[in-house]
Amino acid sequence: MLKRTPLFEVHRKLGARLVEFAGWEMPVHYTSIMDEHETVRTAAGLFDICHMGDMRVSGPSALAFLNHVLTNDASRLEVGQGQYTLLCNARGGVIDDLYLYRLAKEDFLLIVNASRIEADWDWLQQQFQRFASDKQTKLSNESDRFGALAIQGPRVIEFIDQCISNPSTGGTKVEKPSQLKKNQIAEVQVNRESAWIARTGYTGEDGFEIVAPAQSMESLWNRLVELGQGHGLKPAGLGARDTLRTEVCYPLYGHELDENTTPVEAGLSFFVGWDKNDFVGRSKLLDQKTNGVTKKCVAFKMTDKSAPPRPHYPIWRSDANEKIGEVVSGTQSPSLGMGMGMGYVPAELAKAGASLRIEIRGKLAPAVIVPKPIYKKPV
Amino acid sequence: MTKVPPELKYAKSHEWVRMTDNVATVGITDHAQHELTDLVFVELPAVGRALKSGEACAVVESVKTASDIYSPLSGTITEVNQAIVDNPALINSDPYGAGWFYKLTPSQAGELSQLLTAADYGKQINQ
Repeated sequence: MLKRTPLFEVHRKLGARLVEFAGWEMPVHYTSIMDEHETVRTAAGLFDICHMGDMRVSGPSALAFLNHVLTNDASRLEVGQGQYTLLCNARGGVIDDLYLYRLAKEDFLLIVNASRIEADWDWLQQQFQRFASDKQTKLSNESDRFGALAIQGPRVIEFIDQCISNPSTGGTKVEKPSQLKKNQIAEVQVNRESAWIARTGYTGEDGFEIVAPAQSMESLWNRLVELGQGHGLKPAGLGARDTLRTEVCYPLYGHELDENTTPVEAGLSFFVGWDKNDFVGRSKLLDQKTNGVTKKCVAFKMTDKSAPPRPHYPIWRSDANEKIGEVVSGTQSPSLGMGMGMGYVPAELAKAGASLRIEIRGKLAPAVIVPKPIYKKPV
Repeated sequence: MTKVPPELKYAKSHEWVRMTDNVATVGITDHAQHELTDLVFVELPAVGRALKSGEACAVVESVKTASDIYSPLSGTITEVNQAIVDNPALINSDPYGAGWFYKLTPSQAGELSQLLTAADYGKQINQ
């Protein structure tokens, strides 16, 4: 039996196409992926992300523990700030990629991938027990208690303050959400309940994510739909979420990342706190940083008219009959109108401007490695 | 509600056939294009290719996925619709008109009568 978010009936009434994703029954689209993608790039899209996991670490040792298990330097976070970070095993392989927020001096929130809630929770508990912690420091999995919405697009700013109109009571102190800067998070009231709003997202557009108790999700959704109506807001599904994130080269766990791939290979060294104390996986990551990696994640575009690349399609050299890797994410870019994707290739071939060939149903179609992101918003 | 024109014949796999002077025009149904969503790429069979009914002969791709299209009849391809290769959106906007896929000369006379009527296909998709 697939799990359902508190918004399941809302999706059904909207006529969403529902699919299985990470054990959840989720909307892939309401109208079409192309339409919803375009809506997020030009106006505003509302996503149900209640399936994502919420974990909390609080107490005197919270910061030290998180700095031990996560790659990024959590001590750089001021109260009310968040950062992208990775949870690695001892071999430097990625257990999950996540957002870490510092809600208060000794209180942290981790937003993790739905598909990895169990793996993360097992790993964190294991590490927590081994970590010399005081009795006041607590680790909790609050995934069932909380839901979340992402509201993304250039016009979100026109109505978000009407939805949440009181000054924040925790995190970053602001009069209204529009005053939050990128990666800042604030505690606010939603339906007289405490909730958190962060200026972040997974689409490459300006926007917010709101984490609130599961029971207030439906009224929050309805309120955003009502307020956003005049500003081009539409519900958007996981299909558009995937094309939007692929265009801006945000990794998706299970595609760009897995337990046998390191942040360095994935091109995420920026999110490793090289200067902080020892952390799980550090020696492997440092070795790769110093001595180089054998494979690297590259972004590519198809150069001729071709079918869109898809995950697991083989990647071939352009100058020799040699298979050199595999596509990990691939689709048609709705913004660019051409095939695009990401894949792993030998490090010595991972150069922007280099030619590749993608095997599509037995035929080789030309592609070119491009700098990340694949799509940049015109300024 | 998706359209199911009464004068056409249908395959269970969501292709339609229009017979005119012993030439069959083939496309995919309104229901199929709706289920597949916005199409971004089409691969058509070569003119002259001999097909068996039920054979995968074309591929359509949406943003999300690639899907095979099966020939509802056996026969030889006489013409393909280059317009949908250039603009796959025609299949979504006009599945029974400008969005046709190919024409073939049927080789098995009995096959046409084995295809579904509009009424039966309508029942199948509304189940």
